[in-house]
Amino acid sequence: MSTMVALPVLLPLIAGAVSLALWRSRFAQRSIGVVANLALMWVSVELLLLTWNEGIQVMHMGSWPAPFGIVLVSDMLGAIMVVLTAIIGLATAVYSLSGVSRRHEHYGYYPLMHLLLAGVNGAFLTGDIFNMYVWFEVMLVASFALLILGGERAQMEGAIKYVTLNLLSSALFLSGIGLLYGLTGTLNMADIAMKLNSVEDTGLITVIAMLFMVSFGIKASAFPFFFWLPASYHTPQVAVSALFAGLLTKVGVYALFRVFSLIFDHDVGYTHTLLLWMAALTMLTGVLGAAAQFEFRRILSFHIISQIGYMILGLALFTPLAIIGGVFYLMHHIIVKANLFLVSGVVYRLKGTHELKDLGGLYRSHPWLGVLFLIPALSLAGLPPLSGFFAKFILIRAGVEVEAWWVVAVALVVGLLTLYSMIKIWAEVFWKAQPEGVSHPVDPAAHQGGLWLMVLPIVGLGLMTLFIGLWGQPIYLLAERAAVEMLDSSRYIDAVLGSAQGVRP
Amino acid sequence: MNMQSLILRTAAHFLLPLLMLFSVFLLLRGHNEPGGGFIGGLVAAAAILLHLFAMEIKSARSVLHVDPRTLMGVGLALASLSAVPAAFLGQAFFTAQWLTLDVPALGELKVGTVLLFDIGVYLVVIGAVLTIMLSLAEAED
Repeated sequence: MSTMVALPVLLPLIAGAVSLALWRSRFAQRSIGVVANLALMWVSVELLLLTWNEGIQVMHMGSWPAPFGIVLVSDMLGAIMVVLTAIIGLATAVYSLSGVSRRHEHYGYYPLMHLLLAGVNGAFLTGDIFNMYVWFEVMLVASFALLILGGERAQMEGAIKYVTLNLLSSALFLSGIGLLYGLTGTLNMADIAMKLNSVEDTGLITVIAMLFMVSFGIKASAFPFFFWLPASYHTPQVAVSALFAGLLTKVGVYALFRVFSLIFDHDVGYTHTLLLWMAALTMLTGVLGAAAQFEFRRILSFHIISQIGYMILGLALFTPLAIIGGVFYLMHHIIVKANLFLVSGVVYRLKGTHELKDLGGLYRSHPWLGVLFLIPALSLAGLPPLSGFFAKFILIRAGVEVEAWWVVAVALVVGLLTLYSMIKIWAEVFWKAQPEGVSHPVDPAAHQGGLWLMVLPIVGLGLMTLFIGLWGQPIYLLAERAAVEMLDSSRYIDAVLGSAQGVRP
Repeated sequence: MNMQSLILRTAAHFLLPLLMLFSVFLLLRGHNEPGGGFIGGLVAAAAILLHLFAMEIKSARSVLHVDPRTLMGVGLALASLSAVPAAFLGQAFFTAQWLTLDVPALGELKVGTVLLFDIGVYLVVIGAVLTIMLSLAEAED
């Protein structure tokens, strides 16, 4: 048992609470925002090292033994996700110092940000399926509020679609949990996985698996459930968009990875083939949707969808290499996608619009911004030597190994179309001349300095992208360990239930 | 929001302290019997809302003394902090810690982190309900 396991959840929770209690003081909220996220970063890295060195870490909350109480489990996959959450949390916290307006701060931006991070980390670390539902809700409630912060018309419109579909997904998730509990009599995921082996009615298990697939598919915005994402992600503050783009859909992907490796691996031929179709169609629809868009953040939103397809592809192929690819892709994508949204925020601040046709000439006036955009953009498209190249390379190699040619073809074509979209943004925003006669009111705050606070996290995330690309071996090893643990679910089960005997009641 | 009813106003005046007392009773009773922070918090919030219906928003806010958002934050902080003491004793977070006090004339009194958690929940519920209701009421004005 280790104290570290609970800290990534508890820390943002306490930070959020204190930040809420001090809601009058703008200074206190901003400092807590940065300090707490620095601390979260440290705690997460410690947890990752601990999990790497000493194997899966388990904590029985309230000292209630495993199948009865709630456990927090940190295996490699969970620990990696927690570190990524901390990275994005820290990046947005710094960015928000000058990227979020006073009005939004006053309405509780910082407390909500902390609560969102607590919810996300809780979902990554919990070993209890109902507790995962609770963390999903914590995260969703915070995200609802963040989405409508400011209360503009477009935000409301996006939020209604977002809320409706996510509530539907929660309802399906809850029904799935109910059926699973009826079947096994337990909510602990390790215990469920063990008890399902002795269940006769595999048909019913498949039905439940479908409920989970649809529910998490909505959360992850996979085909055909993705409509809410492009309808809502371009509406809130850029910092919020980046936070959402980096983390929220990935919680859905994480849940798919967790559930379809630990619990529903009895009928891989059926469930994972379905996932494979889902992955291919998600990639295609996402990238084609992006090709039709001419608004900076809408293009990026559609690309989230197509990238989600790659991650699900890793899970669907379900070979060791494919899972390594999926986890690698998660790591690469979270950093790159959040970074792209942050860049869009800087562009907006300089030009006052997100519309591609009204933008232009930025390379002439801000060449450094062009470079900062190109790093994540080309990485997203999968150009070597950036992080996206290796992520795609592993996945495609895995596809070739199992001779799933059509999926490999789709993945390659989608990569090419991603490059097209990124080059479209590059050409429109940075390369072409500033169109005549269009001017958008630029936020007066833009001239007050503080731009470096917005650029700093972009540089940091860009360096990480380069690092993953140029020195990918340690990242690959992390992903490999995560994949080994996922494919051999007995490790997880032993870690959670095995130690149960030794714990005092 | 002002209903201008003399009966309601008089009744609310007397009911407010009674209901608050009742909510604290529910909060404390919650450890072993039905009750607890959540239900206690709802009763307390209802009491303040009754005051709001009978008088007006300003008066309801003044009954509170603090902003409901602050209440929410303090409550959440208390509830989260109640997880921490166990960690210093080398146990898992949220493991209940008990302190037995000898109170003269009353006998033994057991105070634990569970109560701290419940008080936290109590404050969060009051804060959350009032934040929602007060902003609705103010939007109507």
